[in-house]
Amino acid sequence: MSAIRLACCISICKITEKLLYQHAKSPMPFHKDILALDAMREAERIAERVRTQVLQDLHKRGAVVAVSGGLDSAACAALCTLALGKERVLALLLPERHSSPESTRLGNELVLALGIKAITHDISSPLESVGCYRTQQEVVKSVFPDATAEWTFKITMPSLLGHDRLNMPRLTVHTPRGETFAERLTHDGYLMLVAATNFKQRIRAMQVYFHADARNFAACGTPNRLEYDQGFFVKGGDGLADFKPIAHLYKTQVRTVATALGVPREIITRTPTTDTFPLSQGQDEFFFGVPHDVMDYCLYGCNNGYPPAEVASVLQLEPAIVERIYLDIARKRRTTSPLHLPALLVDPIPEISALKEQALCAELPAS
Amino acid sequence: MTMSTTQESIRTTVLNFLQKNFVFDEKKQIADDESLIGAGIVDSTGILEMIGFLEETYGVSFLDDELIAENFDSLGRIASFMKKKIGTAS
Repeated sequence: MSAIRLACCISICKITEKLLYQHAKSPMPFHKDILALDAMREAERIAERVRTQVLQDLHKRGAVVAVSGGLDSAACAALCTLALGKERVLALLLPERHSSPESTRLGNELVLALGIKAITHDISSPLESVGCYRTQQEVVKSVFPDATAEWTFKITMPSLLGHDRLNMPRLTVHTPRGETFAERLTHDGYLMLVAATNFKQRIRAMQVYFHADARNFAACGTPNRLEYDQGFFVKGGDGLADFKPIAHLYKTQVRTVATALGVPREIITRTPTTDTFPLSQGQDEFFFGVPHDVMDYCLYGCNNGYPPAEVASVLQLEPAIVERIYLDIARKRRTTSPLHLPALLVDPIPEISALKEQALCAELPAS
Repeated sequence: MTMSTTQESIRTTVLNFLQKNFVFDEKKQIADDESLIGAGIVDSTGILEMIGFLEETYGVSFLDDELIAENFDSLGRIASFMKKKIGTAS
């Protein structure tokens, strides 16, 4: 069955939530080291695949990686360097007005450690031109009329660890006087704020592809398994890439591989942030609803058919909380599934479908 | 126009809203106990839109503690909760 036809079948098939996370149970009892892997062996395996994908499948000469100062892009840059050699990897540092200065500093430390070439572009000006900052400010003022440009803000979602709250986004602001306020966003306000903020990822993607085209390089995507699985990326933004070397790795495993490849320790231990809004924000409070380590284990447990109670016992959580997380995993997967789809056609183009199927069939199964 | 606030009328109003904005099929019926989120009728953004619709239509404002699946995840639950909420608000 073609990948496109399979995607269509899934979209029209009534799959209950329980079926979405019921798989054949792994024979191994769930335990805290279940995500452990042989870091260098996995790194070599990924590097081999990247070499084949970039040089043979994509017919490109090297890779461009947008380096954010975070763990995932650092791991990708290190893997590309292992796969292709220093001369064939270009790092892009793409800060903007709301980026943490720490991100640029850590990005520079990474490229120094890897010995790869790096170019820095501050993308604040194009973001200003497309109205990103103005639109964000308008939404903030619609909720807090007294807000000024000096107020910092972020979007947060309720934690899944607490009561079974609906996923209602709130706008949290911090004033220059040190006050913090939070209000629920309206539907229109939320969509507009996300749409404006998505410019950041999309303009970064434009920069990556400019440099990739100019060098006949491939664009490296940097999502980890949580992000890829749960649709935590922007279509046409950080979701746009030619290859994604760590999309199969849980965050814990990304950390293990990055450590083995010599990524600077400060990047390894840094708390994952979105580095998207002017007010510092973790990915868990913006999207996942639970801390990364909990999410890793729950996603693994869900994917491998472990009953919530078994995972809960290891994580020292109530089974009802893990059950709730499993349901949220299934819902996010379903809601964000359109992000994974290619453009939908009226009629298939069989000549191109055949090429796509050939490329997809060339993927090796994970070890 | 004053909205009728009987449980049945609330149910009908919400059903019409869901049919028009999420189901795109006026003939599709949604059972009173069918999970709107579980059945994929509304996603998290859709819930946000529905909450806004309810607040605007019935002139109420929900507290954070009220925004739980127990109150909003089915037509039956919405109608029952809104009946109490409107009764308390008036």
